[in-house]
Amino acid sequence: MEIRSAFHKKLREIQDDILIMGSMVSKATLLAIEALQKRDLALANQIIADDKKINRKRFDIEEKCIQLIATQQPMASDLRTIVSVLNIITELERIGDYAEGNAKITLMIGNEPPLKPLVDIPRMAEKTADMLNRSLTAFINHDADAAIKISAEDDFIDNLYDQVFRELLTFMAEDPKTITRATRLIWVTHNLERSADRVTNICERVVFMVTGKMEESNTSSSY
Amino acid sequence: MSEQTKISIRDFNFFYAKKEVIRALNLDVRENEILSVFGPANSGTTTLLRALNRMTDLTPGVYMEGEILLDGKNIRSPDINISELRRKVSMVFEVPTPLPMSIFDNVAYGPRLSGVKNRVLLEHTVEESLQMAVLWDEVKDRLHNSAMRLSGGQQQRLCLARILALHPEVILLDRPCSGLDPVSTSKIEESLRHLKEKFTIVIVPHNVQQAGRVSDRAAFLLMGDLIEVGLTAEVFANPKDKRTSDYITGRFG
Repeated sequence: MEIRSAFHKKLREIQDDILIMGSMVSKATLLAIEALQKRDLALANQIIADDKKINRKRFDIEEKCIQLIATQQPMASDLRTIVSVLNIITELERIGDYAEGNAKITLMIGNEPPLKPLVDIPRMAEKTADMLNRSLTAFINHDADAAIKISAEDDFIDNLYDQVFRELLTFMAEDPKTITRATRLIWVTHNLERSADRVTNICERVVFMVTGKMEESNTSSSY
Repeated sequence: MSEQTKISIRDFNFFYAKKEVIRALNLDVRENEILSVFGPANSGTTTLLRALNRMTDLTPGVYMEGEILLDGKNIRSPDINISELRRKVSMVFEVPTPLPMSIFDNVAYGPRLSGVKNRVLLEHTVEESLQMAVLWDEVKDRLHNSAMRLSGGQQQRLCLARILALHPEVILLDRPCSGLDPVSTSKIEESLRHLKEKFTIVIVPHNVQQAGRVSDRAAFLLMGDLIEVGLTAEVFANPKDKRTSDYITGRFG
């Protein structure tokens, strides 16, 4: 018989909440770029409005964690799980803010003519959302090995970031009239790059939760 | 936990001789909840528990004022049948009190006293009670061994089973885990969570942490005064009164 089943049930509920929050954030990350591609200002506004729901979810989870700590005296792996949850929701909330930021940039760009067809930026968003989803699966499965591998994939995002950055610099160097539009796209790219970095932070938390080791993941990111 | 009030304590004062132990207490116990009543020594927690089934009547020199209503009926009124009250509102004590007889006979003791002779019915009651107290699996093959040979945690669960066999409505627990190891404590706490679906439980925990773990609502008594009562998660994460906060954070007591 599991002797603290009521406590573990509550802990599982919090883990489910993390998955729900994760899917809200991952959806916002993808939709923000879709809004940018399609110049869909209504969608951009929707993402901005939905960010409030993400923030609310973060506080709800935080409150549940505080109550569990206050009433249940979690120990060992249970304690590490709750501490990890508290860290992960902060990372998720911030990734949500980056998506909101990208939606706001979409509104700024408005109906300006496109600088170039977007190819690498959507790839960055898809890869980031994919890494995010898998990092949360690793969290649920207590899979530190998977988390370490996902962290390493951040190099792919960094390479894309370099590539887009250079490309946009070229535009600006050739035609100063493109500077405003290109700068805005650099902001978008930067937000995505930061989002992926925060996914690596989530992975670090998964490793801590499983092994108890606090280590920075080995990414070669220079940003 | 329902919103229905099972026990309502109204303007209750309690004295041992001239010493006032509980002062002007107003507190409701809701049906199917686990209410923990906690506080430092000499705060009136055990006295309150014992007053709820009038065990305090057994102590010479006590004096009470106010009302304790069980399902709306004052348990202090003269026409109350005390044996029936104590069956409805049963208590498990701090020190396990197995009777010097077999496990089976311990649990069957109450039903037999109340006239149940049917063997099949007794066996059913004993099994059901031991199941509810989460002891059945550990003792089912040795029901006729002496209860005195059980471990402390098992003895305490046996005492719980013994009162469950009498189909109580309210279970009072006075520091039921004070001498027990963490695993036995967890087993008792887990059994309480199942029991509250059928019963109303008032527990005086042996430490603050237990109040946090097991109860739906928590009431903090200090030197006979009710300082704060509320949802346990609220009382423990965000107490309203500084004295509650100081006590649960270990700044006094």
